[in-house]
Parts: sequence; C-alpha cells; structure tokens
Amino acid sequence: MTTEIERTPGDPVADPGLQPHQYRPQDVDGAQERRTERQIASMFGLATLLLLGFCVAYFTIDGDMRIFAFGDPAEGNAFGGWSAQNFAFGTTLGGALLLIGIGIIQWAKKLMGDHEMVEMRHPVRSSDGDRSAVMADINAGIQESGIGRRPLIRNSLLGAVGAMGLPAIVLLRDLGPLPHSQAETVWKKGMRVVNDVSGEPIKPADLEVGQLVNAEPAIFFETDDEGHPVVHGHDLLAAKAKAAVIVVRMRPQDITPAKGRENWGVDGILCYSKICTHVGCPISLWEQQTHHLLCPCHQSTFDLADNGKVIFGPAVRSLPQLPLAVDGEGYLVAVSDFPEIVAPSYPELARDQKKLNEKTGGDA
Amino acid sequence: MSQNTFTRVEDSPTGKKLAGPVGWLDDRLGLAAAGKKNLRKVFPEHWSFMLGEIALWSFVVLLLTGVFLTLWFDPSMAEVEYTGSYAPLYGIDMSAAYASTLDISFDIRGGLLMRQIHHWAALLFVAAMIVHMLRVFFTGAYRKPREINWMIGVGLLALGMVEGFAGYSLPDDLLSGTGLRFVDGLIRSIPLVGSYLEFFIFGGEFPGEIIIPRLYMAHILLIPAILLGLIGAHMLLLVYHKHTQWPGAGRTNENVVGYPMLPVYMAKAGGFFFIVFGFLALMGALIQINPVWAYGPYNPSEVTAGSQPDWYMGLSEGLVRLMPPLETTWFNRTWTWSVFLPGVGGLGVLFTSLALWPFIERWITGDTREHHLLERPRNAPVRTALGAAGITAYVVGLIAGGNDIIALKFGLDIFAITWVLRFGLFIFPVIAFIVTKRICISLQRKDNETLTHGWETGVIDRSPDGGYAERHAPLPDTAAYALTGSRERLPELEAETVHKSDAYGVRNPDYRKQSFRQKMRKFYYDGSVDKPTSHDMDHASEHLAGGGEHPVVLGDDFQGVSETGVPRVH
Repeated sequence: MTTEIERTPGDPVADPGLQPHQYRPQDVDGAQERRTERQIASMFGLATLLLLGFCVAYFTIDGDMRIFAFGDPAEGNAFGGWSAQNFAFGTTLGGALLLIGIGIIQWAKKLMGDHEMVEMRHPVRSSDGDRSAVMADINAGIQESGIGRRPLIRNSLLGAVGAMGLPAIVLLRDLGPLPHSQAETVWKKGMRVVNDVSGEPIKPADLEVGQLVNAEPAIFFETDDEGHPVVHGHDLLAAKAKAAVIVVRMRPQDITPAKGRENWGVDGILCYSKICTHVGCPISLWEQQTHHLLCPCHQSTFDLADNGKVIFGPAVRSLPQLPLAVDGEGYLVAVSDFPEIVAPSYPELARDQKKLNEKTGGDA
Repeated sequence: MSQNTFTRVEDSPTGKKLAGPVGWLDDRLGLAAAGKKNLRKVFPEHWSFMLGEIALWSFVVLLLTGVFLTLWFDPSMAEVEYTGSYAPLYGIDMSAAYASTLDISFDIRGGLLMRQIHHWAALLFVAAMIVHMLRVFFTGAYRKPREINWMIGVGLLALGMVEGFAGYSLPDDLLSGTGLRFVDGLIRSIPLVGSYLEFFIFGGEFPGEIIIPRLYMAHILLIPAILLGLIGAHMLLLVYHKHTQWPGAGRTNENVVGYPMLPVYMAKAGGFFFIVFGFLALMGALIQINPVWAYGPYNPSEVTAGSQPDWYMGLSEGLVRLMPPLETTWFNRTWTWSVFLPGVGGLGVLFTSLALWPFIERWITGDTREHHLLERPRNAPVRTALGAAGITAYVVGLIAGGNDIIALKFGLDIFAITWVLRFGLFIFPVIAFIVTKRICISLQRKDNETLTHGWETGVIDRSPDGGYAERHAPLPDTAAYALTGSRERLPELEAETVHKSDAYGVRNPDYRKQSFRQKMRKFYYDGSVDKPTSHDMDHASEHLAGGGEHPVVLGDDFQGVSETGVPRVH
C-alpha cells in the first residue's frame, strides 16, 4: 500500500506512506457488530414513530392551545406560552430527522467498509497536443467563416446585436415615473396639527413643558361626503412618510431660534418633522432634560431647542421645522408647508431646496 | 465478522429485472462511463470540510420550506382588513402580504414552523457560507487551480445576503418596512442617479405599491435561480478538481486519500442533510424568530426602538452608524457621502478585496504551481494576519450595528461607544494583524522546536552532577511529515534584487513595478521561519538517538508517561 516518495532536497522528512488500517470493534467482534446494528435500526424505528406522532399532532392539537404558559394575562404578567402545535410539529419532525441522520452516519462510520482509498490527481491543464488541436480548430473556424476578411458583415452584425441592448433598456422605462421634486408635503397654511392616534386637534394648553406629542396633518383624518377617508391606502403611506411630525413644548427661555424663526413657535411649542434626514426612520426617542431627539435607527441626534441641529450621528441636515400658529378656535395649525425638504437626501435636493427658497422668499 | 452471503446486483432478482431498463438508459445516456469515474470517487476527510455542506443543506431546506410558504403567501401591497385568528390585530387595515403572513403563522397548521425553519435556515445559510469561506481562506485552499471556484463562492455569499434581505422584507411588517426605508435612503444616496433608481425600483415615491411583488419575484425566482446555477458550478468544480486534503502520511500534492463516494460519502453527506434539517426543525420549534405579529403592519411614521436587521446586514448597518456626517453640494446636486460610502462602499470594498485576493497573493509570491495540500494558517503568517484583521474590522462593524442594544444592556454612553468604534475600526485590525502574525511565527518556531528536539516525554533525568532535565523523544515519522509536508520553503529574497538599470546602463522599464512587488514580497515573508533542512533533522536525530548520556533507553514503543509517572508502553 505504501508508495515510497523520494526525499526531495527541500523536504526534511520523507513521506512515511499510508499507515496500516486500524480495525474497529465492529470489524473484529460479532457481538459488537450486532449491537451497533440494533442501535441504528432502533433509531430508524423511533424516527418512524415520531413521524406518526407528527401526523397525530396535526389532527388532534388545537391551534389555540398553549404550553409552558406562566402567569395570568389578566394581571399582565404572562410569559412563555408557546404554541402547542408548533412545539409538537417541530420536535417530532426535528427529532425524526435527527435520528435518521445520526443513524445513517453511524451506519457509515461503524459498519460500512472503512478502507482508505487512494486516487491520483492529474494536472488540470490540458496537454500541449490538446491545446494546439483546439487552436487549430479555432483558426480553421475563423478562416472558414471569413470573419476577418468580411469586415462589412462582421461590423454590421456587431452593430445590430449591440442595438438589441436599446430595447432591453428602453423596456425598463415604465418601471416607475421619472423622479419629481420631493419638496412638497401635504402640509399647507392653516392645516391643523392633530394627534396621530386620535386625530384630535391640539390646543397649546394641552401640552405641558417637556411633553412630546406624535402628530399628523388633519387631512389624514378627514372624510369625504360618503364617509371615506380623503387620503387612504398607498397615498396615505407615502404622505405619512413625509408629513409625520412631532410637537414638543419647551420653556421659551431655553429655545434659541435662528434668525427668521422667532415666530415659528407658540409659547415654546415647536413642531418638527418626525422623519430623520439621514435615511428616513421616524424619530421618537425624546430626552426631556437636554431637548435632544434621538433616531432609533442610526442614533442621529438633533437638538430641538436649537432649530433641530444635528449634534451627533451620521445625519447631516437639521430636522426640518414646521412653522406653527393658532387658529380662530385656539388650535395649533401650520403656517405653511415645511420650508426645508423633509426625509433623506437625494441628488436633486440642493436644486429643489434652492427653488423652494425662491418660492417662499426665505433663506433657510 | 458477518458471514459472506453477498449476492452480486446483476445476479439478484431485482437486478435481473432492472438490467433491461438500465441498459435502455445507458444506450441513450451513456451512464456507465460517467458512473465508472464518479461512483467510487475518493473524498478526503476532515471536520472542516463539512462547513460548506452545512451551507448546501441549509439551501436545500430553504428551497423545501420556501415552496411550502409560497402556497399561501400573497405578495401584494393591496390594503385588506385583517380577519384572521390573531385577536390583537383583528379588524386592522394592512397589506395583503402582512395579512397572509399572519395567516401562515396562525391559521395554517405547520405554517409557523415552516416560517421559523425558513428564517433560521437563512441565517444559518449565510453563517455557514462565511465560516466555510474562512476555512478556505485560512488554509489557502483557494490557490491555483481553485481561484475561479473561490470567486464563485464570493458571488454566492453576496447573492445570499441580497436574497436574505429580499426575503425578510416580504412580510411588510413594521420592522421589515423600516429596513426598506433604510434601503430607500441608501438608493437615494447614490450620486446623480439616486432619485431615478428610487422611483424606478419603488415605482414612484417610497413606499409605493409595487416593491413587495418585485422583491418577491427576486426572492423566489431570480436570485434562487442564479444561486442554484452557481452552487451547481461550485460543486462541479469541486468534483473536477478533487477536494484538497491535509498533509499527512501518504497524502501528497499528487494524490487524494479518503473514502469512496459510494457508499461512505453518500451516507455521510446524505445523513448530514437530515441532521442539518433536524437541527433547523428543532430551532423552528423551540426558538422564536421574527414574530411579525408583535410588530404590527408597516407605518412610515412609526418605529420600534432597537430595530435591527438580520445579522449578516449588521456590517453595513454598523458602518452606516459609525460614519460621521458628510454631505457636499457640487454642481447644484447633493452628494450624500455619509450614507453612500458606508452603505454601498463598505460591502463593495469587502467583496472586491475577497474576490481579488487569490490573484493579489499570487502576484506577490509569484507562485504558479498547483496546490492541493492545505496549508496550516501558521505557515502563511501574513495571510492569516490579514484574515484576522479582516475579521476584526467585520466584528467592529457588527458591534457598531448593535451599539444601541449594547449601550442599553451595559448601561454605557452610546456616543462614547460610537467614538471608540470609529477609531477602533482602523486601530483594532492593525493590532489584530500584528498579534496574529507574531502568534503564527511563534507557532512556526514551536513546530521547528518539536521537529528538531522531539516531544516532551515527561520523563525527568537526573544527571550524575545532580542536574535535572526533561527527556525528549523523536517525533513519529507520520507526525513529523504532517508538520513539514505542505510547509513551503521560503524563497530567497535577497537573491532577486531589482536594479534600476542593468550592467550596461540600460534602464529597466519595469523598475517601479518590480521594486513594488519586491517590497510586497518582503512584507509577505517578513519574519516567517523556514522549516528545518534535512541537515538540521539528521543532526537532531543523531542528538536524540545518542542515548549515551541517558541511563535508561526509551524503546520504540514508548508512549509517554502516565499521570503517576509510570512510562506507558503499548
């Protein structure tokens, strides 16, 4: 069995060759062999039983049944409570699969022949003869096709095949509309700022100092004459992705409004976009004491007392602020749409912001 | 020993019946010629060769459970009112995709199990691919002639990650919607064409109404088809090249030693499929994953604190979190580097350097031989150290991806963690490189020490003048060969100095390229210890065999000393 390999000049130790085969207990002891056989067969038998158990569980266990449930849901301290179905299906199926797998591998390791075999490798590269034969064939093919001698045919064909790329690209045009300015949201002058769950309008007196309210434009809760929501479905989601806001009340002396923003709040109540300027997560972690708002996705942190400036994290642009006022009935309303573009940056943002500034006459 | 009652297949009753049909098939397909070559093909054995198999079998489990899920999943963003059996969400408007995911979880028996197995299998698929790739990297198994298979593997890993992301975006719950929102921000950040890509991919403004059907197509048709094709190519090349093996007695670069495919490997690999599937089924039964019903339907104005992507997206997520703010306005356009660089650039750099590494290494070492013997990581110190540096950077990214969770659980300041990791991303890999390289070199020295001075027997000799010394015994040939067999001799670097011009003053046109390569080669081999020469070994064996100074001669069958100090003899 051993193949003597010469000690090459660089090799300090000669290859001792394959070592003699080591017998397993099962190879030399008939009783051991039969015991192993029984062990493996019982694994397969048990697997069959588990699979039958799976079928029984499928037809007998109710979908609502829970196991390992502790505590009382009424007292709010419930925990655990696995689906009995899921537990029974998974353990029977998983157990059966494991037993089958372990049994087969036991069989291979303990009982199947375990003589090591040697196979020689051959260089991957083809022989020189094969290589030159292929080159000869390729040359014959090129010569007979005349692709080198007939540039007119060759080039016009290349042109035609290349032109096939055009329909392939053009066909993708209707994947979506061309991008339009993303500067506008549904906010407009006089629209009420309402609670995002109840849809109730907000009065300045409803807010205490330090309080934060998640809010939305009133249009999300308006219905038409037949009682259907004005904005719904995908339009609602798309509008929410830009128009969601937060309303916070701080002590007026803590706020340092930028030039031109002095009258954007009402008694220390300010309204900011809820959509992070980084990649658009809704921002919700409010630190009362520091007036910081932290985005839960990538930890961009904005100072709401200082015009929504970024004080930490990967966001670059300040959180856009929505100018607030109070309407005739004493409810908070928007003075205009956002003067700054909401949501994550996109390539045309600089252009769109410039246009927006020209429209509003602002210099934000 | 079992009694010999073996009947040849062609003589058995079934064999006689089958002879006709099999002959018919062979007449048309020529099966015997292919079978002759491959049925008893030899595969070498080592536990680390099983890692790729885990990935393969996870993929099969993904196909099986995935087909089951498609029978009920409705990839539509149309708004429906939920009327299924999960009471907390009853009557709420949601997308059909989310409602059908809830149905699979609560109203289809076994649906939850299949969903959980599918998700666990996806995590295992990517994890097994990465660990398998590390095995291939650290043992140099990607070297010639296997570079193409390495690149296929890199492609599989990249596609596997995209496939996983597309998959966990499908349920349209609050968490997956937040993930899509991130991807939307990432697409927007692509310079110049970002808005166009966003509007084309989402069919308008985010979130639109078509992204989930499109992701579904990618998830169940486009990407799996490519994955399947690449896996097929990966396996074919594996069979064609024959598996690499560890050096050892009788195992050379020219042969492959192991067990035949039929029956041993067919049984072992086939049995292993059941084990992987069984393990995943138990995980699906016992460990909850992605409880979408707890998150609620997607709403772009809500988010749960601690939102995390699946683990393999953690690197991208972490790099995005670590990136300091950076945005420029050039040519009236906004260039959002703080999202684009870490989000697209991080993985881009990783996959590009992985794909190119075999060629870079080959260019540095100038090694054009075929390698079928695996290299121990210690014997390629710079490669191993680079791998360790890469892993370190990856882990820094992963930690950064969970910096909010870490801050919360350990009561640390999130800004402090972020700053430490911002610097750590560049400093820790350098430390890991230096430490790993030194460890490798020390291990090489230790190997040389064991080879030339033998192994420590635990027998203490007292010399006539009262000194004590431990006896060393020569290493058995098999062990010594395993240590030296695949260890490369170091090239003689000084011999190939690059000159600016030759002896006649003719300028060397490739001087800069050659001297850069020379520098890289010095860097690559710097500090490596060569294996002992034949002369060293002869000298050492003389020394070890010369029992003159030892009062007791240890026989050839000496096997070490037991805990009580009695020599063990076989």
